[in-house]
Amino acid sequence: MNEFLHQFASGLALGGIYAIMALALVMIYQATQLVNFAQGEMAMFSTYLAWWLMQTGWPYWRAFFAAVILSFLGGIVIERVIVRPFAKAPILASVIVFIGLALIFNALAGYLYGYSVQSFDTPFSGRPWFGNVYMSAHESGAVLVSLCVLALVFAFFRFTPLGLAMRAAAQNPVSSRLLGIRVGWMLAIGWGLAAAIGAVAGMMAAPIVYLDPNMMGGVLLYAFAGAVLGGIDNPFGAAFGGFAVGVLENLVGAYVVGAEVKLTVALVIIIGVLVWRPSGLFGRRLVARV
Amino acid sequence: MASPERMAVRIATLAVFAFALAFPFFASGYRLYQGSQALIYAIALIGLNLLTGFNGQISLGHGAFFAIGGYGVAILTVKLGLSYWLAIPVSAVVCFGAGFLFGFPALRFGGLYLALATFALAVATPQILTYKGIDAWTGGSSGVLLAKPAAPFGLPLNADQWQFLLCLFCAALLYWAATNLAHGRVGRALIAIRDQPIAAETMGVNAALYKTMCFGVSALYAGVAGGLSALTVGFVSPESFTLALSLSFLVGIVVGGLASLPGALFGALFIQFVPNFADGLSVTFGESAKALPGAIYGALLILIMAAMPMGVAGFLWSLFRAATRVAGFAGEQADGVVVARTTKTGG
Repeated sequence: MNEFLHQFASGLALGGIYAIMALALVMIYQATQLVNFAQGEMAMFSTYLAWWLMQTGWPYWRAFFAAVILSFLGGIVIERVIVRPFAKAPILASVIVFIGLALIFNALAGYLYGYSVQSFDTPFSGRPWFGNVYMSAHESGAVLVSLCVLALVFAFFRFTPLGLAMRAAAQNPVSSRLLGIRVGWMLAIGWGLAAAIGAVAGMMAAPIVYLDPNMMGGVLLYAFAGAVLGGIDNPFGAAFGGFAVGVLENLVGAYVVGAEVKLTVALVIIIGVLVWRPSGLFGRRLVARV
Repeated sequence: MASPERMAVRIATLAVFAFALAFPFFASGYRLYQGSQALIYAIALIGLNLLTGFNGQISLGHGAFFAIGGYGVAILTVKLGLSYWLAIPVSAVVCFGAGFLFGFPALRFGGLYLALATFALAVATPQILTYKGIDAWTGGSSGVLLAKPAAPFGLPLNADQWQFLLCLFCAALLYWAATNLAHGRVGRALIAIRDQPIAAETMGVNAALYKTMCFGVSALYAGVAGGLSALTVGFVSPESFTLALSLSFLVGIVVGGLASLPGALFGALFIQFVPNFADGLSVTFGESAKALPGAIYGALLILIMAAMPMGVAGFLWSLFRAATRVAGFAGEQADGVVVARTTKTGG
């Protein structure tokens, strides 16, 4: 039982990371109906940025926020320069461009920072919180940070004029433009936010999976699974899916198939959901007009 | 009466084939090995192109079918003592089955979801191959060693030469099959499903059947390639079938040209020699040269999609057309035979 709770708790911690990663995916999906395959590598690169800043002597939180802000700006630049020209291209072209982006970030990180595995600091060190024997301090911290990000994103979209404008631009671009919302910029900001959220996910994941250019491959896959499970057009569904996948992955890995084939869990979830309930648990069913 | 374009394509195809046939008699050892690898990639790329280029189904996971083919041949020849003559077709049929089955759920996924599912497949493949329950067959993480096949009938060829010719034979056969498939009724149906799925169905095209069959055939191509690769390398292990392999297939078809079968050759040469080229540079640049193939792949994917979405083949084709137009051949083209080359990509 103890062991079970332990697995459950550390699944929850990973799940929080998957949840915010899934949230980043949803953010771009809602606006463009595209899944950003480069999200993981972008997050990895942001994490390296934070690591590099810390290597130069910056304290953790300063490096953390600097990385988040730089990622936000970087996301905007990527949207403006690379993604924008393919806005009207077929899905295949967009997927290829995203894969290209992912390869470039991967290569860039390897070139700048090397391929050897680095350890990454956590701000939540020391004794476990509140006498919680099932989670390390970092795991508790990661859950807390994920919940904070979720709350912030919710508040941003619910209570700020910019959030409202972004939602409007995603739902009905034409009407939004007629109302004076700059739809193109809303997309760019969406990319920026997704990159920033991904950066947080990367920095929370790095102390667990360690820092190397391929660290986010697995995380991205579980985030995909989470987003598909919860419904890729629903931010809260996707976040819930992220947590669920984290827990499932750990439990199935520990008790059913063994830790070495845990990635298969994500594959099975993705295919299973797409076969039996393509819109996910909380997603809207898409109906296309012919 | 064949148009000048068709004649040119035929002549070029024959010339390439003749060159390839002569290749093992003046190249040796490592060059032959590289040549075999390029032919193997070409086979896989033709298969992926049938699926992605012609039919518009995005697969980021063809490395998985390549792996099934490779492990199929390894297990059949080493563990079951089958001759490779039989092992390649048998594992190709297994791949067809696997692709066909994967194609069923794929029917329900839109383009994007299929990309997600196949991406997951590619990421999970190395782990599945190390799974404990099957390591009596797969050799776990250490893989399986194969013997290189010797030339049959006492032909005066060494193992490398025979290997190359075997790959060439398979590549030529599968290329011929793919051109027949793509330029006939089936190819038109595949393209119609890609570009106008609803219109295609109202015209009586059985989209479900064509899509699943296309997935199966595409997997079969990847499987044959994987099987040949296992024989050529003499070794299969989970690390050979990572996401990077699947992505390099995607790079190959994009560079070669989406929906272009001859383009597979360019794509194959590209993904065969760019990593080699980077390895060569690592002597001077050290570890950072490892980043080079990824950087080139990534930059080219984006640049090609932006500037010449039909890849190298499409570029050469447009050069050729411009040249014939200048030479005054314009107007003689038989419209309709080049559907595959002129329609837009993806969908």
